[in-house]
Amino acid sequence: MTGKYEAVIGLEVHVELKTNAKAFCGCELSFGALPNSHVCPGCLGMPGAIPVLNRELVEYAIKTGLALNCQIAGYCRFDRKNYFYPDLPTNYQISQLDLPIASAGYLEIENEGVKKKIGINRVHMEEDAGKLVHQGSIMTTPYSLVDLNRAGTPLLEIVSEPDIRSPREASMYMEKLRSILLFLGVSDCKMEEGSLRCDANISVRPRGRERLGTRTEIKNLNSFRSLERAVEYEIKRQIEVLEDGGELVQETRTWDEDRQVTLSMRSKEEAEDYRYFPDPDLPPVIIDREWIERVRETLPELPDQARERLITEHNLSSYDANLLTMSKEVLDFFDACVAEYNEPKLIANWVMGELSRLLNQNNMEIKDCRITPSSLADMLKLLEQGTISGKIAKVVFEEMFNTGDAPEKIVKDRGLIQISDESAIKAIVDEVIAGNPKVVEDFKNGKGKALGFLVGQVMKASKGKANPEVVNRLLKEELSRP
Amino acid sequence: MALTEKDVERLAVLARINLTAEEKETFARQMSSILDSAAVLDELSTDGIEPLIYVLSQHNVMRDDKVRPSLTNDEALANAPLKEDAMFKVPRLI
Amino acid sequence: MNLYQLTVYKAAEMLARREITAQEVLESISRRIDLVENKIKAFITLTLDQAEKKAGDLDGRNEITGLAGIPCGVQDNLCTRGVTTTCASKMLEGFIPPYDATAVGRLKAAGAVMVGKLNMDEFGIGGSTEKSGFHSTNNPWDPTRVAGGSSGGAAAAVAAGEVYYALASDTGGSLRQSAAYCGVVGMRPTYGRVSRYGLVAVASSMDQVGLVARNVTDCALVLNVICGYDDLDSNSLEAEVPDYRNYLGHSLKGMRIGFPREYLQNDVDGPVREAVKKALLKYEELGAVVEETSLPHSKYALPVFRLLASAEASSNLARFDGVRYGHRDEEAGDIAEMMSSSRGRGLGPEVKRNILLGTYVLSKEHYDAYYLRAMKVRRLIKEDFDRAFEKYDLLVAPTTVAVAFSHGERNEDLSGMLTVPASLAGIPAMSIPGGMVDGLPVGLQLMGPALAEGTLLRAAYAFEQATDYHLRTPVLEV
Repeated sequence: MTGKYEAVIGLEVHVELKTNAKAFCGCELSFGALPNSHVCPGCLGMPGAIPVLNRELVEYAIKTGLALNCQIAGYCRFDRKNYFYPDLPTNYQISQLDLPIASAGYLEIENEGVKKKIGINRVHMEEDAGKLVHQGSIMTTPYSLVDLNRAGTPLLEIVSEPDIRSPREASMYMEKLRSILLFLGVSDCKMEEGSLRCDANISVRPRGRERLGTRTEIKNLNSFRSLERAVEYEIKRQIEVLEDGGELVQETRTWDEDRQVTLSMRSKEEAEDYRYFPDPDLPPVIIDREWIERVRETLPELPDQARERLITEHNLSSYDANLLTMSKEVLDFFDACVAEYNEPKLIANWVMGELSRLLNQNNMEIKDCRITPSSLADMLKLLEQGTISGKIAKVVFEEMFNTGDAPEKIVKDRGLIQISDESAIKAIVDEVIAGNPKVVEDFKNGKGKALGFLVGQVMKASKGKANPEVVNRLLKEELSRP
Repeated sequence: MALTEKDVERLAVLARINLTAEEKETFARQMSSILDSAAVLDELSTDGIEPLIYVLSQHNVMRDDKVRPSLTNDEALANAPLKEDAMFKVPRLI
Repeated sequence: MNLYQLTVYKAAEMLARREITAQEVLESISRRIDLVENKIKAFITLTLDQAEKKAGDLDGRNEITGLAGIPCGVQDNLCTRGVTTTCASKMLEGFIPPYDATAVGRLKAAGAVMVGKLNMDEFGIGGSTEKSGFHSTNNPWDPTRVAGGSSGGAAAAVAAGEVYYALASDTGGSLRQSAAYCGVVGMRPTYGRVSRYGLVAVASSMDQVGLVARNVTDCALVLNVICGYDDLDSNSLEAEVPDYRNYLGHSLKGMRIGFPREYLQNDVDGPVREAVKKALLKYEELGAVVEETSLPHSKYALPVFRLLASAEASSNLARFDGVRYGHRDEEAGDIAEMMSSSRGRGLGPEVKRNILLGTYVLSKEHYDAYYLRAMKVRRLIKEDFDRAFEKYDLLVAPTTVAVAFSHGERNEDLSGMLTVPASLAGIPAMSIPGGMVDGLPVGLQLMGPALAEGTLLRAAYAFEQATDYHLRTPVLEV
């Protein structure tokens, strides 16, 4: 697509942390509560209120920094970013400018088997703003309503280096970052609900050229899909402008989901000046080695480590291992299941196959699912014992998914036990052979496919319950009789 | 350091303050004179001096991650010039 | 003698012994307010109804101790739950906070009876209380003169006998300068010693809650109540609070006092200089060792203060935008216009100019030249004090360069010149009545190292007991 051009992409990600209380006051975090009911004088920007830092915010930030292989700052500080906006109750945001809590890290992605490190420029702590509710369209509404429940929610801003080169890499970076944050347990990372937000800085340059091209910032990327599409669109747009001999403007653009295009946003004021300065209300944070080590000890297994474990301990392919470590819940499910039934490859297939298909189909997450690691293990045992066939297993599995019933119960209630009794199967085999002389002839003339058809007929006649191995064996025996 | 009325106007946009023509003129003059009087600081060489940001040596002042009671919606909106649907009402954005 | 003329400690004693009732005390104050308030104009809001109720409640209790039952005032930039808090700004007209400032809450809990909210320069920006968005306050010693500022309402009310003491604030010298002009005691404690929670912030790194009282003992009693750690203020100090009365009445023998020569130079009016020199002699008489010293960076303090204070103010005052509370202009076309027009009309000229100056100082282009440089010089100023306090227990100087000036006399206020250095250094400083010039009080400023409020009180008390300035009261009767 890009041909003689190369895209240079950096992502700025905002993550809402799931602490109990807000970043600088004791109000509870809320989602979907009555507007302006999780607010205090501080959240309302009332005069005289003073921010007091939530320790957990710092702990989460250190954790995240460590997981992203960052340097943790020994001394960090909060600054005020000054700008007027009705959802910003003090008209300044508490953030970090030149002394962020973590910097100079990286995360690793794997694109078609090739590993690549994407640099993390910095991770800093800040507070979220409230929400504006518009009546009708933002362009035509006569007024807006302000809900400050979200104001003061702790955020981390994670800024990548411009190391990303393609839309695919951009979404892989996001997926990896998301899985790390989920493994750490610091955020829900729901893009649709805004607890994970992403802006993309994009420029293009002729391949081989060092100097960066004019960059644009794309906002309003609310899903992995829109990230990938917006980046793709924007790269194409920029190349087209250049190819037409035009000039790019450094600007902020927004992704229009409906029209699948990026649009230039009206510039508020020519070059906003945020007048950053150190917040005198908040004493600095000094992080010594001891504190860092204490947090390091609490780090859970991270996606890369889990991936390695799956490959070395369970002999899974790197493809399988990648998929299983995208989400902490999926990995936990897999691990719990393996603990009860030590067939990792088989379990991986079921989790990534049937289970993930049913979850997608029903728009569900694994934690909402009625199938437990134990019930999956039980079902696989029935399969191993030959109580059910592979084909029936899928039926049972879907029933388990829908009802939450134990596999034994489903098999029993619906009479799905596999028929392995040879005389019973023999009777069906004889019947099928007798009923399909033409096919039998074909088989004898060396048409291999014919056997498959006959097996299918037997299975069909047995309502899927016949043991396929036995069917195969008996059919071959019968057919090879002269 | 002479500030022009144009400078003052630009600052007033940043600070969201409407000014009268007279104010612009007066403020430009007064602010210029204050900035002039600050020129005395240029006498000092401040290279290598750490800026004093915090007058106390306090650091790591943090609260536990515990929820404290919030205000009720009524209390939160009691001073609101305009409200609707439990929210503050403001003119449109653009 | 009328009850309103009593000292806090005397009134407290009599209340405790049930010789008088809280209602009688309040009645006396209330009559005094009736008599002199239209001359002084110290208050923005009177809360006599609530005060009466509280006094009645207190009288019904089994015992009355400490500050209970004693009427006080609160500067109108300290939030009071259920009572309008305006900072003397039209921008906050009608704003009723749903919370008490910590210092106010502590006084209330101690049984203090608040009779009203006191006038000030709008948002504390000014040095005369003429920049109040509502009205000027007059100096009880001469109503044609200013009461100082920005705590003019607090100092004038205390001097005029309208309250026994007042909670006030000090950013660059506000309550010290006002106390000096009105001939009363003003105490600015160490930064962080009294919680700033609920004090409407102007320059957060210097704002400090303090008080104005009629004498040093009263000052110590109130300090005992308002000082101490508060987990709602990140800069609140955890250091233990002593009983400040224990510092009173000790000899000054061996106390080392420095007087910085920069504070007695030509900017200071001759008669004020003379009064302060006399005071220094008094300290020698009292057994202290008095020596001249130097705070060489003093002359930079005022410009440093202006740059830093305006920068912080531009950010702190940004919240007054008409969205959630306070003044709001008729709905303009869009949100930016609504904010700009509300602020344009709701804020007074001094405040607006200060915000614009701060906006300039913090802007990307000028940050290094002004803001950063000012923060660096601030360190030099603080280090001057650190060095001085290696040698001296405290420093004595005039509070102001002159006595109270006439209304309308000064626009560019230089009177903060001698008070801003202590503010920049975050150290405790107080002003006590130190002499009289042409029937007007002169303030003597005492400055000590961090947390040395006790030392200041000790020296202030010894001086007070050796002089009679604190006993003089302005004549206001018609």
